[in-house]
Amino acid sequence: MTANVVVADYGSGNLRSVERAVARTGAKVTVTGSLTAAREADGLVVPGVGAYAACMAGIEELGFGPVIAERVAAGAPVLGICVGMQILFETGEEHGVVTKGLGLLPGTVSRLETALLPTVRVPHMGWNTVERDADFGLFDGIAADERFYFVHSYAAPPEVPGAQTATTVHGGRFLAAVRKGALSAAQFHPEKSGDAGAALLANWVGEIS
Amino acid sequence: MPVAVRVIPCLDVDAGRVVKGVRFADLRDAGDPVELARAYGKAGADELTFLDITASVHGRETTYDVVRRTAETVFIPLTVGGGVRSVADVDGLLRAGADKVGVNTAAVARPELIGEIAERFGRQVLVLSLDVRRAEGTDSGFEVTTHGGRQGTGIDAVEWAARAARDGAGELLVNSMDADGTTDGFDVELIEAVRAVVDVPVIASGGAGKVADFPAAVAAGADAVLAASVFHFGTLTIGEVKGALDDAGYPVRL
Repeated sequence: MTANVVVADYGSGNLRSVERAVARTGAKVTVTGSLTAAREADGLVVPGVGAYAACMAGIEELGFGPVIAERVAAGAPVLGICVGMQILFETGEEHGVVTKGLGLLPGTVSRLETALLPTVRVPHMGWNTVERDADFGLFDGIAADERFYFVHSYAAPPEVPGAQTATTVHGGRFLAAVRKGALSAAQFHPEKSGDAGAALLANWVGEIS
Repeated sequence: MPVAVRVIPCLDVDAGRVVKGVRFADLRDAGDPVELARAYGKAGADELTFLDITASVHGRETTYDVVRRTAETVFIPLTVGGGVRSVADVDGLLRAGADKVGVNTAAVARPELIGEIAERFGRQVLVLSLDVRRAEGTDSGFEVTTHGGRQGTGIDAVEWAARAARDGAGELLVNSMDADGTTDGFDVELIEAVRAVVDVPVIASGGAGKVADFPAAVAAGADAVLAASVFHFGTLTIGEVKGALDDAGYPVRL
């Protein structure tokens, strides 16, 4: 079956890149702000670039928050990318401002810990490796030393109880990807991570097809 | 393993065509930026930069179309710079599919632009580009120039770099106008001077001629290395540059 994937259009994100990268896996992709389409899709992608508060404002304004929560509760697949992953957590702290997130994953998204390491640049920008749980299916068939493209200054805590996780070190260790029930998410950009990113997206689409 | 040193080819694009000439085997049309972007992606480029040197409004529309088509076929990050003057210009390029936008002269003329862009889109989209030459009369000995290095501004390049990073630039593209086109190597003193005052990533640009030039730039503090002619003319391949970085002990994406 061809998977029907909706990319949530709430005013944030490199939607075109995400759309094309997912379409490359063979899925039928629709970029839309329609909540009905987002509810009914086989898979929902939540992209996000820029500020946490701005992304949450967009999510709330269009009403995507409850749709994402309903889907996850019902076991319907959701894939968050970058800030689209960060907003799944309870709170985000940026420039001392605390923003409430969707609270589907526990913890706070905060600035990368680099104070003790003056050689570590912020934003964390570029290709980095991830260390993942052996049973994390999103990474099936992807070499352990493969690199993914990151660009962010804030990050989620590396441990998520009851979830499969992948982590990366840049200054401190942080969450690179997570899978808990129907919820999958990545801090890096699979849509910008060349062949490795394409393989990860194909794994996700394969699961929902 | 830490984040990899990025190797970035830069293409000059004028009204939808690559200029300065590119000698690449196996291309049907070496002037098509989309086809070249795809070739560089296959060759292992970690990012791509388009420098839009188009002057006309009509040509700009063509550029948007090139960015759109590139983003649809090449799945690595794309930075587009050249002629970006406003938040609206940034918005247009991001919507077309650019991941980052390079800003140069307009920020020198009106530094507030840096904060405006960062606030609207996040600092990660903003690559502040500096064309720098050595000049008397500045504290650091380095001066910011405009108009392709022909016009001095009297602004201290190192102070400007520090300010730009503080105001919201997510990354600095430091281009030496003295070294540009010489193939004598990057200006490592310039890179060191900028590195000392900022904690955002620094891209070294200008002067690359041989593989040994690249590890030297990283040793001076560069997080990424950008080059144009050595790649376009096939003097060096991206693989050779990454090999040299790897041999020098720097992490690369192979």
